Amino acid sequence: MALFSKQNREALLTPLNQNNPIAVQVLGICSSLAVTSQLKPAIVMGLAVTIITAFSNVIISAIRKTIPMRIRIIVQLVVVAALVTIVSQILKAYSYDVSVQLSVYVGLIITNCILMGRLEAFAMQNSPWPSFLDGIGNGLGYAFILVLVGAVREFLGRGSLLGFQIIPQGAYDAGYFNNGMMTMPAMALILLGCVIWVHRAYFYKEEK
Amino acid sequence: MEHIISLFFRSIFVDNMIFAFFLGMCSFLAVSKNVKTSLGLGLAVTFVLLVTVPVDYLLQTKVLGPDCLIQGVDLSYLSFILFIAVIAGIVQLVEMVVEKYSPSLYSALGIFLPLIAVNCAIMGASLFMQQRINLDPSNTQYIGNVWDSIAYAFGSGLGWTLAIVLMGAIREKMQYCDVPKPLRGLGITFITVGLMALAMMCFSGLKI
Repeated sequence: MALFSKQNREALLTPLNQNNPIAVQVLGICSSLAVTSQLKPAIVMGLAVTIITAFSNVIISAIRKTIPMRIRIIVQLVVVAALVTIVSQILKAYSYDVSVQLSVYVGLIITNCILMGRLEAFAMQNSPWPSFLDGIGNGLGYAFILVLVGAVREFLGRGSLLGFQIIPQGAYDAGYFNNGMMTMPAMALILLGCVIWVHRAYFYKEEK
Repeated sequence: MEHIISLFFRSIFVDNMIFAFFLGMCSFLAVSKNVKTSLGLGLAVTFVLLVTVPVDYLLQTKVLGPDCLIQGVDLSYLSFILFIAVIAGIVQLVEMVVEKYSPSLYSALGIFLPLIAVNCAIMGASLFMQQRINLDPSNTQYIGNVWDSIAYAFGSGLGWTLAIVLMGAIREKMQYCDVPKPLRGLGITFITVGLMALAMMCFSGLKI
């Protein structure tokens, strides 16, 4: 029972690239788009989803033998909803401005398909420790795409990263403009489309 | 009356679930392969929205809000768990009623009905409704009574249906297009939705 046997390493690492939850499994698109107009909410959202995925995976896999099959969806939803409530209260207490920025999308983690997808596909069949690693891996894979899209949108849309101005004032004086389009919802979709394009182009080549 | 009409049209065109808030993206992407199934799912979502949002509104104002059950106690932190339980329960109920009284509709909707429970559009609409109760009454997005919440739910549902039917129609045509291989499927769908969202932005100045 090695803690990091080959299977466990796979559970942790494949969701980061080959089996990325957003680009390949197409899970959890809803919340990924709305929170990425700036980098900071994207990071917070990524972390929140990672933590919730990991712990709901552990809890469900610990009680998986006692859950009746017919009502398992409701049991899963309640466990996830309880965890999301805790995270949302913590966010409100310690970083109120971010929780205002994320608004309803914290609550929407409950219906995030990554959670339900991983609970159904992994935690219901595996013991707690691999499930924990699978949750962390999938959460980080999700966070990675979020941070990527968030960084591009904030840099091009506002000329800053994490709120710090990156593009110097001189550039604006010389006629550089922020691309206001980037802060609009539509560009999130188009950017994510491009991310998926690059991702698939890269990994299809490896498969051949 | 005026407020209800404006709320209704705003939630179809301006605050569109898909194009402005990315809610219900997962099933939107998975199901919008042709017009017929898109229409079926859209109507099912509209129906569930019409039932759940008013119920959640009453729960929020009569049970969860500050000073409702016990003087000086604000239970709104329980809203995530309660809302998701209501949604799952009502979806189950709707499924049973439809199965009993209209087997033809039941077989037409098929797997989509139970899946609606984890559709972010439903949970998202309830959470947005919860936010909008606290708005200023002069705001066009304000929800002040049950009729407002019904108008909001109906408008959002129709907006979602509009989006998924349009997408289904475009994807039917797109099968004959020569799309670069890695972009095929998910990637091009995202970019199309992005362009549609750009087009929908022309409604944002809509005043009724």
